[in-house]
Amino acid sequence: MIPEIGNLALSFALAIALIQFILPLVGIYANRWRWILIAGPATMVQFFFVFIAFLSLSWSFYVDDFSVQFVALHSYRSLPVAYKIAATWGGHEGALLLWIFMLSFWSLAVALFSNQLPSMTRARVLSILGGLAVGFLSFILFTSNPFDRILPDFPLDGRDLNPLLQDPGMVIHPPMLYMGYVGFSVAFAFAITALMEGRIDSLWARWVRPWTLAAWIFLTAGVALGSWWAYYELGWGGWWFWDPVENASFMPWLIGTSLLHSLAATEKRGVFKAWTVLLAIAAFSFSLLGTFLVRSGVLTSVHAFANDPVRGTYILAFLGVVVGSSLTLFAARASSVSVSGWFDWLSKELLLLLNNLLLTVAAVMILIGTLFPIFAEAFDWGKISVGPPYFNLIFTTLMTPLVFLVGLGPMVNWRQYSMAQLGRKSLVAAIVALSIGLLVTFFETQHVAMDQFKIFLGVFLSVWLTSLALSDLLTKSRGKSTAKFRKLSASYYGMHLAHIGLAFTVLGVVLTSHLSIEKNLRVGVNQQVSVAGYQFKFEGVSDFNGSNFDGIKGKFIVTNDGDFVAELQPEKRRYHASGQWMTEAAIDPALSRDIYVALGEQLPHSQDWAVRIYVKPFVRCIWFGALLMALGGTLAMSDKRYRKKVAAKFSPKTKSSSNSENISNNSAA
Amino acid sequence: MMIQSKRLFLYLLPLALFVGLTLLLYSGLGKDPTELDSQLIGQKIPVFSKSLLFKPDAIITDKDIKGPALINIWGSWCPACYHEHPYFMELAKQKVVAIYGLNYKDGRAEALKFIQKLGNPYDQIIVDKNGRLGIDLGVYGAPETFVINHENRIVYRHVGVVNAQVWETLLKPRLTQQTKQLSDRE
Repeated sequence: MIPEIGNLALSFALAIALIQFILPLVGIYANRWRWILIAGPATMVQFFFVFIAFLSLSWSFYVDDFSVQFVALHSYRSLPVAYKIAATWGGHEGALLLWIFMLSFWSLAVALFSNQLPSMTRARVLSILGGLAVGFLSFILFTSNPFDRILPDFPLDGRDLNPLLQDPGMVIHPPMLYMGYVGFSVAFAFAITALMEGRIDSLWARWVRPWTLAAWIFLTAGVALGSWWAYYELGWGGWWFWDPVENASFMPWLIGTSLLHSLAATEKRGVFKAWTVLLAIAAFSFSLLGTFLVRSGVLTSVHAFANDPVRGTYILAFLGVVVGSSLTLFAARASSVSVSGWFDWLSKELLLLLNNLLLTVAAVMILIGTLFPIFAEAFDWGKISVGPPYFNLIFTTLMTPLVFLVGLGPMVNWRQYSMAQLGRKSLVAAIVALSIGLLVTFFETQHVAMDQFKIFLGVFLSVWLTSLALSDLLTKSRGKSTAKFRKLSASYYGMHLAHIGLAFTVLGVVLTSHLSIEKNLRVGVNQQVSVAGYQFKFEGVSDFNGSNFDGIKGKFIVTNDGDFVAELQPEKRRYHASGQWMTEAAIDPALSRDIYVALGEQLPHSQDWAVRIYVKPFVRCIWFGALLMALGGTLAMSDKRYRKKVAAKFSPKTKSSSNSENISNNSAA
Repeated sequence: MMIQSKRLFLYLLPLALFVGLTLLLYSGLGKDPTELDSQLIGQKIPVFSKSLLFKPDAIITDKDIKGPALINIWGSWCPACYHEHPYFMELAKQKVVAIYGLNYKDGRAEALKFIQKLGNPYDQIIVDKNGRLGIDLGVYGAPETFVINHENRIVYRHVGVVNAQVWETLLKPRLTQQTKQLSDRE
């Protein structure tokens, strides 16, 4: 009964989404006020039905309704309850439902918090979001219905959720990531609205910025969580693999980051308007493209979702309609909104432009790398793919100048800045960064020259970025008058926090990549081994049982010169339903290093075990940095200018009216 | 006017790129990357002459491969290979089938490290550093596993991780498959 309610709710949601999509647009064209006003209520009702559908599916998982095919394929009676609920998005159909749920959630948020928008603009934005919902709801209903039943002979128990997914990461990572992915739909809807209305100004940018920031915060957290999860569950100590699905989430992040910065220029100076709109379209297009790549079966990936050409064709057609029509609209309208502002070669505008260029090129290069097997196939080069060496080379090459410039960006004024002043202000930071970089390199002498250069570069860049951010914070907050201090906005502090986060991530990536120690040892019971200055005493293994698996647990006492550091219990688990063995590493985390122990095989005819022991310095910095970025984004979002009553300020002709304000104020993100 | 048309070209550029991309993606649809090129099914394994991982001076050729057997394509750079490796260890213990490893586009040192770490389930490990043999086999990436029958003919190609289920349902039944049966079915 419950699955039928879910199914029905999805159908109702589709009907309402059609109304939400079509009526307001027709209303605007035909001047029917009531049709326009229906956008808000329709959005809320649509959310209600999608919510019911989502609850129905989760409920079916909760009560082990194995007559529902999707539940039978992804759950198991003795699966812990949290994983049963999380299994809702453990496969293609459910993940798609989560996508739709997030989309209607964002639409609801827009409907609730957009009262200050002109009602035409609001109706258009909601209608475009409705159009996207129509596309996805018909996709799920016609090609991937999660409520399909297996009747009359349904299985007594399910096939179990993939053991890799039975992890707390599964409960939180996909919702976060999807919130981010789908969140760019709001910026997209605003961009299309702006093109329709032919009006892009600083007011528009101010509406879009908090929505973009919100999506970006979720995406940042989602990507970081994914990397962290991969590290302790699938990664054997690795934290990024350039897997097509990872890339699919990373490309929208790069474009989204670019969009945030370009929006800053558009809001403060009214420049780069066409470019900003294009980025807003691109960020969401990359999200859609990611969905296509994961679900169509054109690429192989470890994230093995069901591959089905029908689904692929549908998503590609949808992608073609949405992105194709948006870009056509862009080509037709962009020239009317574009205004060229004046700025010097050394100015915040130029640095933001460079930032945009580097981020966008990085995203495009990753796209080319990801799609390379398809290129190769289309041009008959045989079936080949490019691996991590390509991505690492391209990405490091592009990110090095970017991180260097990020340090300078906040200091430089809009319009123009003097080179001499820039040199004077960054001199201290340069000296500090150079000396710390050289010092670290000097003490890490066991490496080859190339590695040492990379370590130096990484340390230099992160110290450079951090000290410039701190000195900018100090000089500006200490400024001559207290009035100036008060002027510094939340978004200014948020920006610096996020930039310092970037410095941490860079530091973590470089140090972990070059200084990790990985040992594979044969260890007997009560034997002690020494790795990277730590002693590991193996106290043997014991059997234990989980709810849907049994396994073996090892026990290691870690000491450092006699001082107790940690007790680590790595596990090997055998899952009942699939018979699959899973290795659960045990990790002792700290900001400066992770100690990672995993059980290998028991060696034949002995009590000895093959054991992997890793000491990974500063690996936490990667995710700590991402956390700071997300926090910085949250701080920036709390800026009160986003909640100002803009309706009073609103006038239809505000082209480049923003030039007068904020020129002297450096508070842009 | 000049500037106008140049601008328009710029604004049309994203659309043009997108149309190209869509056509490309469309061409990729339906071509299942996990499926073996049909012309390779029933064919003998390609002629090759490669070095062995443990004995860099020794040469192994296609004549040395004795079917029925599995040929597992792996590399230390491939995360999924770490996942399937323990299962190959189990399979090797059962001694039911010969397993050849094809170390694909890998460094010798890294490959040796991988094997020392996780154990060696392979009867022989063929080194394919430049990926030439992989291309002849139509390898798309790693891990992949080929099933060859007693005549050294390829009867099946599996893309992705091998586990108990894959072995029992997809690989094992095909080991005894005759090439004739295949051509009849086609």
